Amino acid sequence: MKISNLIRIAWRALFRNKIRTFLTMLGIIIGVASVISMIAIGQGSKQSIQKQITAMGSNMIIIRPVSNLMGGARMDNSSVQTLTVSDVKALEKQVSTINGVSGSVSSRGQIINGPYNWSTTVQGVSPSYLSIRGWTLAEGIPFNSQDVKLASKVCLIGQTLVKNLFPNGENVLGQRIRFKRIPFKIIGILNRKGENTFGQDQDDVLLTPLSTVQKRILSTIYYQTIFASAVEENATELAASDIQRVLRRNHKLQKEVEDDFTVRTQAELIRTFSSTSQTLTLLLTVIASISLIVGGIGIMNIMYVSVTERTREIGLRMSLGARSMDLLLQFLIEAIMISISGGLIGVVLGISVSKSVSYFMHWPILITQSSVLISFLVCFVTGVFFGYYPALKASRMNPITALRYE
Amino acid sequence: MEATVVRIQHLVREFSMGGETFKALNDISLTINSGEFITIMGSSGSGKTSLLNILGCLDQASSGDYFLEGVNVNQLSKNELAQIRNRKLGFIFQSYNLLARTSALENVELPLLYNPDVSAKERTEKAKAALDAVHLSDRMNYLPSQLSGGQQQRVAIARALINDPLLILADEATGNLDSKTSYGIMMLLQELNTVQGKTIVFVTHEMDIASFSKRTITLRDGRIISDTINTNVRNAKELLANGFETSELKTETK
Repeated sequence: MKISNLIRIAWRALFRNKIRTFLTMLGIIIGVASVISMIAIGQGSKQSIQKQITAMGSNMIIIRPVSNLMGGARMDNSSVQTLTVSDVKALEKQVSTINGVSGSVSSRGQIINGPYNWSTTVQGVSPSYLSIRGWTLAEGIPFNSQDVKLASKVCLIGQTLVKNLFPNGENVLGQRIRFKRIPFKIIGILNRKGENTFGQDQDDVLLTPLSTVQKRILSTIYYQTIFASAVEENATELAASDIQRVLRRNHKLQKEVEDDFTVRTQAELIRTFSSTSQTLTLLLTVIASISLIVGGIGIMNIMYVSVTERTREIGLRMSLGARSMDLLLQFLIEAIMISISGGLIGVVLGISVSKSVSYFMHWPILITQSSVLISFLVCFVTGVFFGYYPALKASRMNPITALRYE
Repeated sequence: MEATVVRIQHLVREFSMGGETFKALNDISLTINSGEFITIMGSSGSGKTSLLNILGCLDQASSGDYFLEGVNVNQLSKNELAQIRNRKLGFIFQSYNLLARTSALENVELPLLYNPDVSAKERTEKAKAALDAVHLSDRMNYLPSQLSGGQQQRVAIARALINDPLLILADEATGNLDSKTSYGIMMLLQELNTVQGKTIVFVTHEMDIASFSKRTITLRDGRIISDTINTNVRNAKELLANGFETSELKTETK
């Protein structure tokens, strides 16, 4: 028996019952389409969450001093004086897994522009801070190392400040605002970033050169925080341990002495979010898989009906010389053909559904090759699995009784 | 020329029903030579269908021997039986058993789909030739539902002819047809028998139909009670040309 003949026989049999074949296929079509679109939506949301975290600075590493004990009481972090310019220089030189370091000091207070005022934090940073956070400017230019050297009275402000200090929509660039009697010239406006995942307004910021805050406002040589960014997301843990090693050496800490600083990464945050969206994807996939199984049961059901209904045909084929194996294969191929062509249509439908979801509802989607491949494979297996028993039933018929079946 | 096609010796077929065994065929012995046209007659329960099933290699005897072209069929496996059915036998059924929504040509091709030695081209050629032999070459793309009963049965005959069988087995092949159409089928079978020399075994319970064959075997309770050569074989073609027309007219004028 040639397999090509069997395929021809199966094809003719399916073609004779176009509507039934299509309806049976529909179960598989819907199953595959939902698996593919659900995975696309799940993966898409996972990817978009990851992007958001990266935008927040997923490779960002935050170094803070550890407050020391004063008579049994932990002191405030900001009072601790351990992080200095020499630490930043050491990190810049000795840690290859980071591509940006910035010290940071901040002070809270009122910002005043004529009749308007707003309470915010003035943060002194170095020029590399913007790239560490992944922040960009909507207008103007950033300050440079010259500004840091001169402790220039320039600043970059976020959208919240623009809204509250310049409510009349006038041109902001070049204007001066005051903080503790010091006038700051606005040289740049940051792009809107919205709230971060914790509900914190990321647009309520005022950035000035580090030295400006150190010299003109706080009169300190120490840093409250050092921000650094790892070269890539996966390297954050490595970078963190490198930083720890370099800082310990720079602080001349003995082996048994505890760190006088902490190094924090965003890895934990990413892990939490990844696992959440992983769970979401899993959940969606399970639901979609159930519909695929229901589709498979549909195939099995129809194949059973088909075998019973075509008992005489089976008897006839046997009398014409079909062997049991030929009939087993014929019905198996019919089931596989239904599931595979259903699978193909399902893949196309699934991709179109995903695309239209992203187009009309603006949901992020991600169609992966593996999801298409896996659902297609599952289709084939479904066809074989659910087609086998009906096919076996057909192949085990007695030709005499089958021919006389009414 | 008269080669032995079938040799059956002391053949018994037993069935057990409700703990009791009964013999559907009881010690049957017969020989069929090439070119014969035999009818097997008998009332229902006489064993004629059981005999046909065994002749058609759909069933095997409980005891005794059945040699088809010298091969002892009783000792063959299921797959070997299937191959014999495919290569050496042709079946014609009472209810035609054509595949619905499948063209006449594809229906006729069907047996050759189970023969890997036949190419697609050869298959179509043979199917066309077989349809030509039953005078249906102008209907090869018709579906069974578009054909009359007689035409459907002729498609079935073409299907039985396509593998050039050693033996054609017909089971009440005219049972669903009116007399005139039945005679048409008998005419075709007589033609195949005399012109092409096909060996035909025809199971029927109608005396009328049996009179077209050359030999009649009558069964009762699983035994052969008579095996006679017909001296007065009726010719279906002549009958259709003259006699049948007039007899039909007579019934109409009544």
